[in-house]
Parts: sequence; C-alpha cells; structure tokens
Amino acid sequence: MKLITVSGPPSSGKTSAVLQAVRFFPQNVRFGVVKFDCLSTCDDGIYQKSGIPVRVGISGNLCPDHYYITNISEAVQWGLNNRFDYLISESAGLCNRCSPHIRDVLAVCVIDNLSGINTPQKIGPMLRNADLVVVTKGDIVSQAEREVFSFHIRKTNPRAAVVSVNGLTGQGALALSKWFERAKEIDSLEHMRLRFTMPAAVCSYCLGQTLIGKEFQMGFTRKMEF
Amino acid sequence: MEHSQILKMIHTQKLGRLFELCPAIRLFFSGIRLERLDTEETLEEALQGIADEYLEDFGLTRGEISDSLVRLMEKDRDEKSGEQVAVRELTVLPGLDKSGNAEQSGFTVRRGEIVAVVGPTGSGKSRLLGDIECLAQSDTPTERSILINGEIPDDACRFSLGGRLISQLSQNMNFVIDLSIRDFLTMHAQSRMVERVDDRIEEVFLCANRLSGEPFQMDSGVTQLSGGQSRALMIADAAILSNSPIVLIDEIENAGIDREQAVRLLAEREKIVFLSTHDPLLALSADRRVVIRNGGVYRVLETSRRERSNLAVIEREDRKLMELRRSIRLGGRLDFDMEAFFHGVQGSA
Repeated sequence: MKLITVSGPPSSGKTSAVLQAVRFFPQNVRFGVVKFDCLSTCDDGIYQKSGIPVRVGISGNLCPDHYYITNISEAVQWGLNNRFDYLISESAGLCNRCSPHIRDVLAVCVIDNLSGINTPQKIGPMLRNADLVVVTKGDIVSQAEREVFSFHIRKTNPRAAVVSVNGLTGQGALALSKWFERAKEIDSLEHMRLRFTMPAAVCSYCLGQTLIGKEFQMGFTRKMEF
Repeated sequence: MEHSQILKMIHTQKLGRLFELCPAIRLFFSGIRLERLDTEETLEEALQGIADEYLEDFGLTRGEISDSLVRLMEKDRDEKSGEQVAVRELTVLPGLDKSGNAEQSGFTVRRGEIVAVVGPTGSGKSRLLGDIECLAQSDTPTERSILINGEIPDDACRFSLGGRLISQLSQNMNFVIDLSIRDFLTMHAQSRMVERVDDRIEEVFLCANRLSGEPFQMDSGVTQLSGGQSRALMIADAAILSNSPIVLIDEIENAGIDREQAVRLLAEREKIVFLSTHDPLLALSADRRVVIRNGGVYRVLETSRRERSNLAVIEREDRKLMELRRSIRLGGRLDFDMEAFFHGVQGSA
C-alpha cells in the first residue's frame, strides 16, 4: 500500500484536490482516507459520497500533532486490512507548526492562492518539509499573483515541486495523480521517522489548568521578550 | 552552471556575493528571520553563531539550508535561461466529443498566432483550454493529445515546469493582494528574475493604461482598480513580464478594454494565444477559429479575406459604442440622433 500525507490550513482545498486526483485512477484502484481534525469535520461525508472508505480521528483537547502520530500506525494497519492501494492521511495544520510528514512517505502540502502572499513563510514545517506543494483557487486570482505566490513557495521550500490544482474543475489534478503514483509502498510505519519534531508542550495548561498567572505556569513554557 | 560549481560557490563565496547572484537567497534568510547575517562571511561562518535549536524551530538543519540554497540557485539559473522549452508550435490531435464520436479534425498553431475558440455555452470550450493547459495525452475525458513542436511532451515538461509554459487569464480573475501597482509589479518582476526592473514595470504600466479606457496611477492599489483596469493590467503584465509562451484567455469581452489591441499585444510578443469568446470582433481578429459543438471540435475556420474586411466594419461600429460608453462615463447625454450616429454618413456625437 502507498501512504501519502496531505496537510494544509483549514479550507485550503485538501479534500477537493485529493478527490480530483483520485478521478484519474482506474476504478479498480482502491483508495482509503483517514482524516485527522481537531473539533469536527464533515469531510468524511464528502469522501463517502465518492465511495471512498474513510475513518475520522478527532483530537479534541489533545495536541492534534501528537494525536496524529500516536494513531497513524493503526491507520496504516486499517488500510492494509482493507487492501487499499493508497491510504491518504489528511490533516489540517492548525497551529501552523504542525507537520505530519514522515521520511520516505510522499508529503503533500495544500495551500490556496487567496491565503496571502506571506502565508508560505508562516506555515512553516508542513510546507517546508513537503515533497509537493499543491496550490489551489488559482482560477480567481491573476496570473501575476499566481506566479508571485509560487515564487514565495519556492523560496520557502526550494526542494518541493509546485502543482496548481483547481478543486472545482479538476484542472491540474492529473499532475497530482502522477505524483501519487510515485509514492513508496509501505507495509508498516514501525521505526520510520517523522521529518520534523512535533511541537513540544507539557505544561500545566496541557493538563487542564485554566487559571492565569505565574504561579499556575508549570512545566515546559517559554517567555516572550518585551 | 553545473551542480558541482553551484555547490562550490555556496560553500566558498561570501554571503553578500550569493545575495547578488541570487536575490531569492536573501529572501530565504529573511523568511527564517535571519536578515542580519554578516555578508562578508561564508555561509558556514555566518551560521556559526546561530543555535541548532533556532533553526530547528523552522524545521531546518544546516545541511538542509545549504541544500535549499543550491536549489534556489539552480531554479534561478533555469529561469534565466528562458523557457526550458522553446515552443514554436502546438498541435491538438483529435479526441472524442461528449457522445464518444471521434472529432472531425485537429489543428496546429504557430508562435505569434491567435486562435479563437467559439461555441455555445457549455459546449466544451473550457475543456479544450483545459486539455491544452495540462498538455493532455489521451488521459483526459476528451482523449485529446497535445504535441509541442510536433512531439509528445515528456513528463518533466508536463508536470515539473510548474505550469510555466502556460499563462491563463479569465473574466473571473481578480487581484487580491493589498499592494500598490508599483510594488506589485516590482514583486512580480523580481520573481521572474528580469533585468532592469524599473524600466520593465514602467512598460507594463504604460501599456496597461493604453489598453484601459480609464487611466490609473502607478500608486493606486491593485485591488482598487475597476474590472476593465484590472484586465488591462493583467494582459499587459502577461505580455511583458510573464515569459510563458502560451496564453489562454477565457472571455474578456465584457471587460471594457481595447480587446483587439490586447490580443495583438500578446501575439506580437510571439506567444501562442487561445481565446475563448462569443465576440465577433475578437473571433475575426484571430487567425482562425475552432468551433466546438457537443464537446468536440466541429470545424476549424481560417479567417477569410472577406471576414477580414468585414472586421473593419465591426471595429468601426465597436468604436462608436466605445464612444457612447465614454460619453456616459463623463456625464454626457445620449439624446442626439442615434440613427444618424450609427447609420448616417460618419455621424458624430
């Protein structure tokens, strides 16, 4: 089974881009999706409508990144049990420090042209460590802005390929499907490594503290300079 | 420049020199908030004072930084060497229409030619433009194939050029960036690695003003432009700053700009222009038109001599309409003899 990690800010068009790419595969190629989200998601319904088996993981009050990494092995097992040809792990990088990408697993980051010219820099590791950056919503901004935007992506992650995909019409999704084909086969994630460390946080607030003030701050914290 | 040469430069040259050679390197460092590196030092020296933990926060190691700089310089080199593929001609090989019947014919377009794509709404004009955009190889629903210079483009050309072969313009596109025209054009020019940035953006600005009926200033915000002004700026920018050899345009007729001059401008720059349109003026300005029916190419018509001379009449009438539009804009009344204005002996407003 080929595993692909797809990340990107909320509403950047991850689900649409994936679905458009899947259309370019023959009917007998089996896809499965595991969707990681924080509070709620309705993307599972969208996948199901397209006949793609999906499992949803909601991290709730846990750090979404830590939740993801402690569940992805089981997700892979679920995919293997179901004899999928492809398993897509879709997650939103909610704190922008999140990066689900794993070494030797095709890493895709989806961002949209409307998100602002400096966004590629702000997103950080999930874009910086991707093999492929998918840019969506190009149909509503000017050619010049698309070019400037992909320049900013290149500057932030010179190693990635940039593909423009229209999630509504599927334009560009063929190229994305070709990238999917290049993903490596895996049969387990045991002893594989993340490309980047997860955000660290073990402090009193992780454990449910709600009071504000110095005496309530315990554990791993960092102070701003003023 | 070879990979090994670039690698050597990254490790031996002073940072200041690298910034000169490749401005994107400076931007790369400002992206990780290291604007103040000593430009008199080499990369290794300059990074000595930076803690691993600091770089880690950005998901970077020292090795990855030098690797990134090499990639940036290589991309720069590729960009500067112009189009990686010099497109002399583009061929559309026939596929299937919506009912699965074979298309009547394909066609070939040469550099500097304009092709209009016409047909009823929903007939499949956009689909043809889409096939061209992805350089289809019988792998889209229409099963058409696209050849570049008579050959099948390789996968690298199809998927790795990052869409740099093709520019697209459509009625639905807008500027969303909050910058002045000057700053925006400068940013675009820098990203295209052009030389003499100020001259080039001045050229785009003057050209856009000529195309647009309503003049605008270099210091206006791009988002404040009217629909027509935006379209004019986009076309001038695509012609002058963008080096994509193929331009796809989707319905610009309602933009209120000098549309004939706009498409000519692109063709003069030796581009291949595809123009999806319902506008007779634009359709006849093209060298030929492809008629789409039921998802397939139904006919390919060369613009005939008679049509060319008729174009002059259409242009004359169009200019009259433009005149009326201008008059309305300037607060004029249109209560003169309209019959005479249109059909009289060179009636005037």
